[in-house]
This record gives sequence, C-alpha cells and structure tokens, in this order.
Amino acid sequence: MRFEGSQDYVTTPDLMLAVNAAIKLQRPLLIKGEPGTGKTMLAEQVADALGVPLLQWHIKSTTKAQQGLYEYDAVSRLRDSQLGEDRVKDIANYILKGVLWQAFDAETPTVVLIDEIDKADIEFPNDLLRELDRMEFHVYETRETVRARHRPIVFITSNNEKELPDAFLRRCFFHYIRFPDRDTMQRIVDVHFPGLKRDLLREALEVFFGLRDVPGLKKKPSTSELIDWLKLLVAEDIPPEALRAKDQKAAVPPLAGALLKNEQDLHLFERLVFMARNNR
Amino acid sequence: MLIDFFLHLKAGQLKVSTREFLTLLEGLRDGACSHSIDEFYFYARTCLVKDESHYDRFDAAFGSYFKGVTEIPGLEAELPQEWLQAMMKKHLSPEDKAKLEKLGWDKLMEEFRKRLSEQKERHQGGSKWIGTGGSSPFGNNGYHPEGIRVGGESAGNRTAIKVWEKREYRNLDDSVELGTRNIKVALRRLRRFARQGAADELDLDGTIAATARNAGWLDLMMRPERHNAVKVLLFLDVGGSMDDHIKVCEEMFSACRSEFKHLEYFYFHNCVYEKVWRDSSRRHSENIAVSDLLHRYGPDYKLIFVGDATMSPYEILHPHGSIEHMNTEPGAAWLRRLLDAWPAAAWLNPEPEHLWPYRKSIEIVDQIMGGRMFPMTLGGLERAMQQLSKKQ
Repeated sequence: MRFEGSQDYVTTPDLMLAVNAAIKLQRPLLIKGEPGTGKTMLAEQVADALGVPLLQWHIKSTTKAQQGLYEYDAVSRLRDSQLGEDRVKDIANYILKGVLWQAFDAETPTVVLIDEIDKADIEFPNDLLRELDRMEFHVYETRETVRARHRPIVFITSNNEKELPDAFLRRCFFHYIRFPDRDTMQRIVDVHFPGLKRDLLREALEVFFGLRDVPGLKKKPSTSELIDWLKLLVAEDIPPEALRAKDQKAAVPPLAGALLKNEQDLHLFERLVFMARNNR
Repeated sequence: MLIDFFLHLKAGQLKVSTREFLTLLEGLRDGACSHSIDEFYFYARTCLVKDESHYDRFDAAFGSYFKGVTEIPGLEAELPQEWLQAMMKKHLSPEDKAKLEKLGWDKLMEEFRKRLSEQKERHQGGSKWIGTGGSSPFGNNGYHPEGIRVGGESAGNRTAIKVWEKREYRNLDDSVELGTRNIKVALRRLRRFARQGAADELDLDGTIAATARNAGWLDLMMRPERHNAVKVLLFLDVGGSMDDHIKVCEEMFSACRSEFKHLEYFYFHNCVYEKVWRDSSRRHSENIAVSDLLHRYGPDYKLIFVGDATMSPYEILHPHGSIEHMNTEPGAAWLRRLLDAWPAAAWLNPEPEHLWPYRKSIEIVDQIMGGRMFPMTLGGLERAMQQLSKKQ
C-alpha cells in the first residue's frame, strides 16, 4: 500500500514520505502543525486513497484511554437483570467496543485517527503505549486478549497544547506540517476552486500573506480560513480590483471577518490600516 | 551502518534513542525510502526527531555529517543564530557613549531594515553592521543608547528602545509549552479532588446501597465527577531583574494555567504593595487594590509568589521605599497581610539557591515567609507543593 496524494488534498513530498514510511513500518504517525493546515483531513484522505475504512476517535479533556479499547456497560446489565432478560447471563453482551477494538477486529486493514491527543489528560498517551506498540490488549471482564488481525494505520494529531511523554514519542513517527508557501498555497486553492479567476486568486493571496505578516496578531489566518474567505469572495462576486486597494489608499479588505476571527485582531488590524492611511 | 551518524546526532544535542535508530535501519532495509539523499533526509527526520523545535538542530547536525549537502530544501533564510550568540561584551567609556549620536526611532527602524538586506555575513565588533559586541545601534551585546536588540541575551545595559525578542513588562505568554511537562507533573502534587457541579457520574456504591434498600429494585444514584478543586493565587514579579528568568517563569505560568482550574494571577514589581495588576500593558490605568483581594478570596486559596526577591532592603522595610511610587506602608506589612489572609503560602525564587545568602533582601523575604522560600527547580517545586498541601 502506498499513498500518492489525492485529487482533493495537496501533499508535499516530505509529508508523503512520512505517511508511506508509517504505513510500511506500521508505526503510528504523529502530526503537528498550525491549526488549519489539514492535519485531520490527512487521515481521511489516506483512508480514501487506500480504499480502507476510517475509524475516528476524537479526544476530549474527559476522554480516558480505556474508552478507546472498550467500556463495560454495568448499568444496562443491572437493569436487564431486574427485567429478567436472558442476555444478562453473558457479560460479553455488555462490553461496548471502542475505536481501537473495532480496528483490531476489522477484516481489512483500517486507518485510525486519534484526533487532538493533546486535549486529553497528561497521562493519556502513556496509557496507550502497549496498545499502540503491540497492538493488543486484555479484556478483564471476559478474560480474553484482543490482538490486531491487521495492524491499523494510526494517525495522531496534536495542537501542541500539552507536551507528550518521551516514551510515547519514541514509538511514533513524527511530521510537522509547515505552513504552505505561496506555490503550495496556489495548488491548494486550485484543488478547491478549479475555475477561480487567476487575477482574483493572485490578489487574494497577496492580501492573505500580507495579513499573515501583520505583527501582533493573536491568531494568524490559516489555510482553511483562506478557503472560506475565497468561497465568500466568489459567492459575493467581488471583483479582483476591490482587493487591489494598496496603490491608492490602504483599506480593510472586503469580508475580512472570514480571515480574522478574533475581535482584538480585527480591531488591531483596522487601527493599523487607519494609521497607514493617515501617513499618506 | 550509520552508527557514526547516530552518534553524531546524539553529540548534536538531539534526543535520539536506540529504539528509534533501529526503526530507521528497519525502514532502510524494507525500502521505506529510496536511495536519494533528499528522501533519506526526510525519512531520518520523521524517524528521529519528534519535536518541530528540534528540526533546526537536526538540519545542522545532518548537514555537518553529510558535508556538501547542506543545501537542504526547506531551510529558510533567517538571521543566523551564530551572529547573535553572545560572544563578547564591550564596555564603552562614558565619553564614547556620548559620542554615539542618538538616531531617531523611525530612522532606526528604516536603517535596520536596510542594513539587514545589505548584510550577508556574521559580523562582530565594529560600529556599522548588525552583529554582536559592536557599538552599532543594531545587533546584540553592544552599546548604543537607543539601539535595537536582535536575539540573544541582553548584555547588561537595558536601554534598547525596543527589545526584539522580549518586551519589558510583557505579559507572560502562557502558550509556551516546551519543557512544561515536568513542571506540570510536579504541580500535580497539589491536586485535591472534590466532587462539585452536576451529578453525571454513576455512584456505584450508592446505587448498590439504595437498590438493597429498595428490596432489590434498581435505584440509580448519581454524583458529580471529581475535579481538582485546589484554588491558587499566583503573584508574579515582572520586569527589572526578573528579565533574566522570563523563560522559566513563562513555563511555570503556562503549566499553572492548565493545571489549576481556579487560578488567579497578579503581577507586581519587586515587592507587593497596595496595588497589583493583571495586564502589564495597562498596569498604570487598571490596577487592583490588594485590600480588595484580601476580602475577595477566602482562606482556602493557596498563595504562591514567584519572584527573585532581589532588591534593595529599603523596598521591603521602609515606607516610601518603592522605586516606582510613594508607598505609605512598607512592602513587609503588605506581605504579612497576605500571609495572614492565606496561611498556605510559598515563594518560588528563580535565583539559584546558593546565591541566596549573598542577597540581604532574599534573607528578609525568606524570614517574612517563615522559611517557605523554594528555588524554582523541579526539586524546589516539589518541596513547595508538599509544603502547600500540608494542613495549615
């Protein structure tokens, strides 16, 4: 199995190599990068391109490692016992399979996405060491050991909110998705808007990269915000000339709210524009 | 095979383990990358480096091992760090200082940009180019009355109008996450769980008891989930002599922010007086009276000071001793008041412990704290947390 990129997702050669190495050597691949650079999308695209099912496990601050393996639903068993149902005799009826169990059990290889692992408790990655390494775990309630039939391709994303333990990192491959340069960005936009006018795109990218260079922004606009903004520009049918304001006088680009999501950032930006205008 | 390469990376301060090295070899055997140096570079990086902040270090080590292939794609042209390493300190005589004409602010920025684009090599000494040690307005460790500092540590004379990597009195950045894991683990000692909020967890023991009381009919009991209920007041010293400790303080602050749900933080300068502030950029307009805090937060809060306690003893002991304003009461009185209000307290000091005996003010503060001053190291942090979690 090899991942060669896909029609809807632009990969750089180094990312492709990291993905293929992870597939080949069956190691989990840890992906980091600025928000909106397509970390989560990657797993979907790989699953799509390889034609295998994707199992997603979205991590929240309350998520426990155990939930990825299985949960024992004691409450419904207790209730069933009150009602005298037959199924109550077999404890296996009350074991709910988690994402990893489903992946281990699957007939075909699968892609597993563990999304935003840094959201969980600081000990969370340590609790998954053995499961990700040996791809097996023990079910206490039924005294059975679950082993993976096919080692799943595991993608893990992190937004760097917490540092991950060394022991965990040693078992993973790692790739940092850097923010796309102008050429890559052009390819990304082409993928999303095949029919976009060249001049509009050029002007838009100019504004976008200029905006990313504004000092002091709390949250720089990212790829996904650029895409949203372009969608709006196309929908509102804004001509390229409207974006080319810089020769006459500085102005806030139309629909800037799609790029700057933070009230303070928008405010700062408007103030800078105002100052630039006064200097002329 | 490649063992020298592995050892070379290790010598280059990269955290590589044997396990990762074996994985690297396994991948080479199984053909995870072709035989081009580019692919090998990407593949080795994927295998061996697990932190994007180490990419640069890896590039350097990789480049020096495979000589002649240093033109690795993806390296951006930035100010080379070696320029900015503190290499020498140059002390100018007062006459020399006077000779340096003061350039205006706008002119300074413009000049800086211009020279940056002209300059291509590392430069040291001299009085025009950006580099270390010289007396040009640009660069580091040099002396110019209105200079711009670029990277590196300040050489000691803090007069630059704009410090590029750090601003004076800047709010501590809690997004810094590097190296905070250990600190967080140490802070965990202070956790005290309590059940609060909505009842959304099954209380198994309660359910069994209630079901038994119901003669066997199920009666589900719920209870709130356990949360870390510890409450912390954090007072941080900013500016002046604390500039040297900004990194460790940021890490500490960042770890505290994510570890404690009830965390209130305030800034002060050198010693706590009648006013503290939350936002350093508006510290003069929006400050908070300490007497309000004394009433607002109950005695169940834990009090943590972070500061180097390095100042003139007058600033602690005498009225009107503050270097910034006229204080009618000495800092010591305010410190005692805080300690009375919140008996569980500790002072974390980023200065190395062996230097404490040489600073009179540290001794005084330590006395006021009743010996509860701890160095800001992992060991010190553990001791402080132990102290704080004791029954007062």
